[in-house]
Amino acid sequence: MLSRVADAIYWASRYVERAENVARFINVNLDLMLDSASVERHSWAPLVATTGDKEWYDARYEDSSPQNVAHFLSFDRSYPNSIISSVRAARENARTVRDVISREMWEQVNALYLMVMEASQRKSEPDELASFYDQVKLAGTNYAGATDATLTHGEAWHFSRLGRMLERADKTSRILDVRSFILMPVFSDSGTSVDEVGWTALLNSASALQMYRQLYHTISPQNVASFLLLDANFPRSIRHCVHRAQESLHAITGTPTGGYLTEDERIVGLLRSSLDYAQIETIMEVGLHNYLDELQTNLNSAGTAIRQHFFTVTA
Amino acid sequence: MDFAQYDPQGPDFFDEIFEATGTPRPGFQPLIQGLADLGQEKILARQKAAEQALLKAGITFTLGDSGDNERIFPFDIIPRVVGARDWERIESGIKQRLLALNLFLSDVYGDQKIVKDKVVPRELIETCNDFRKPCVGLKPPRGIWCHISGTDLVRDKTGEFVVLEDNVRCPSGVSYVLENRQILKRTLPRIFEQLSIRPVDDYPMRLLDMLRYLASERTANPRVVVLTPGRYNSAYFEHAFLAQQMGVDLVQSDDLLTRDDFVYMRTTRGLERVDVIYRRIGDDFLDPEVFRPDSLLGIPGVMRSYLKGNVAIANAPGTGVADDKAVYAYVEDIIRYYLSEDPILRNVPTYVCSREKDCAYVLEHLEELVVKATDGAGGYGMLIGPHSTASEREVFHERIRSNPRGYIAQPTLSLSRVPTLIGQHCEPRHVDLRPFALCGEGVYVQPGGLTRVALKKGSLVVNSSQGGGSKDTWVLSK
Repeated sequence: MLSRVADAIYWASRYVERAENVARFINVNLDLMLDSASVERHSWAPLVATTGDKEWYDARYEDSSPQNVAHFLSFDRSYPNSIISSVRAARENARTVRDVISREMWEQVNALYLMVMEASQRKSEPDELASFYDQVKLAGTNYAGATDATLTHGEAWHFSRLGRMLERADKTSRILDVRSFILMPVFSDSGTSVDEVGWTALLNSASALQMYRQLYHTISPQNVASFLLLDANFPRSIRHCVHRAQESLHAITGTPTGGYLTEDERIVGLLRSSLDYAQIETIMEVGLHNYLDELQTNLNSAGTAIRQHFFTVTA
Repeated sequence: MDFAQYDPQGPDFFDEIFEATGTPRPGFQPLIQGLADLGQEKILARQKAAEQALLKAGITFTLGDSGDNERIFPFDIIPRVVGARDWERIESGIKQRLLALNLFLSDVYGDQKIVKDKVVPRELIETCNDFRKPCVGLKPPRGIWCHISGTDLVRDKTGEFVVLEDNVRCPSGVSYVLENRQILKRTLPRIFEQLSIRPVDDYPMRLLDMLRYLASERTANPRVVVLTPGRYNSAYFEHAFLAQQMGVDLVQSDDLLTRDDFVYMRTTRGLERVDVIYRRIGDDFLDPEVFRPDSLLGIPGVMRSYLKGNVAIANAPGTGVADDKAVYAYVEDIIRYYLSEDPILRNVPTYVCSREKDCAYVLEHLEELVVKATDGAGGYGMLIGPHSTASEREVFHERIRSNPRGYIAQPTLSLSRVPTLIGQHCEPRHVDLRPFALCGEGVYVQPGGLTRVALKKGSLVVNSSQGGGSKDTWVLSK
């Protein structure tokens, strides 16, 4: 497969996944706005923090009003990770490989683009946008579904899944990181009561509440972290994502899993085994934030190594 | 659909379907009956559905250089129908022209007998902007220069099909032919079934067979690629579409490189050999070592690989000389010279300004004529006399006088008209036709082609950049 083509397929699915996750972040906040609780939960500032681009935001926006944050994350064309920018980038990438991806995949990403462009021209208040974010989420699922159901599960499909899984792992880790920081029980007047509404919203943002409930019956920070980090089978948990990413990477290279020949295989393998043998109690003791921070660094290195391995081939 | 209001009468135009209001020409009754049976409401609804399908599929073209100006090619669901006997003439006429033009290209890059025999003036060839010196003496794979053509045809006042341009460089539009057919089969299935229409869908397979044929002497399993300038090119959709339909890689210049005079592409598994390049970029941007040293585009060394016979390129570099509008004026002579046959399809009468008498006539009659630059394409660098201002004519007067070689002129064309859905009703609109032909082991002419229609009332300009749309072209098998 052409390097440029592999690059475009990988990024098309990464960008669709990115847009979907941003929609998930915002939808949770919209939900929380409706539940009267602490001011902190109302705040839209953590959403900016989730992106990792707080400096960029502060330089351009006055405050973290819902209007500003929703615009920034949804429709700001100058911000490269907004929904509209991600969707445009996904479509541009898909457009360059229309000959390789299936027609259904193209039509999904094209429909998503048309929908977002249209929504960006309406002047909506944040609370009117809930159905827009639902549509973006659904479009992400549809794109992944079309990829699974209509693209031969060969090299192109593996690049697509590799991109999607790395992106999803990264985004799940970010939302877990920022939300748990706010939600962690601290010594205060209110004692150590668990902010159930907040943790529920966090699970919801990863479409994880229902599946979580099937496994655990009560909400506890440790169980939520364990579920989103270490569950082997939940499709948005970080461990699951890393497993699938590794499978795809090794399917592309042909190297047996359990060993490595290249830097990208080594980093992904390391990530995988660290998740496989981790204990949630230890993680919580060391500090969830520190753990997630390192995880994100490793996910970034994996992305860089993959780019160097496949997308920049020289004579 | 009701044709009671449809008025086919016009002083200078041939209506392809109706003789007089309410009276279809022989053979077209079933089409008109089918449309009448379907009824206006359903036709309007299906027109809308077809447009939605095009938008959803992202079948668009790009205007200008930024990616944002993307449009759907307007599409009219009323098909343009060509009778079997008309088609027979078109098909044999295009085959004849393509054979003759290939012989002509071999000759002008070889012994130049046609020049020595004074059929085509030497000066015309030597001053042609598209004459490629590096191709002199070249023997292209299988001896073919022009593999793919898209001949522009129009019907004159009498209804006769005549050739407007041969388009033997990188003609585009075939993807719309294939997509339009897909959509129309779903839009008008009943009528489609009732008429016996020749299929167009095997074009991509035939294209691939032809491309593989070019390298099949050298290798058992040739690797074919489609070379595109990239996604901002106005025909990018088509490049991707053809690659997809053939199941081959769509590449850009940077995906390719040469090593030891072979061409390779960069893949996730390292470098892989390329045997045939179906290029959709101009000669100028093929190889900076040979054509345009200032160009960042292109594949350095690809011409060396080509001249050594290590890679095939379709169409061959240098075919543009047969597309020169002044050379076009000689195509009928070219056919007689090489094939000793009379041309089946005639040319539009053309004044070649490099001929003194023609030039004088053109300068006298600018107001009545259409003037074209000999190396122009796509409607650029034109003067449409009857619609021009005095100062525009003055500019062209000066240009022609200082560079007669650069211009030709033709009488204003009388494009034929066909019923086209405008608002709620069918009205007559002008059309042209671009059938596509492939030259490999034999010549194949796809039965159909791109019908472009000028949607503006009275307009003769069918270009998509200026309010033109397209129709599916149905060739009847009997």
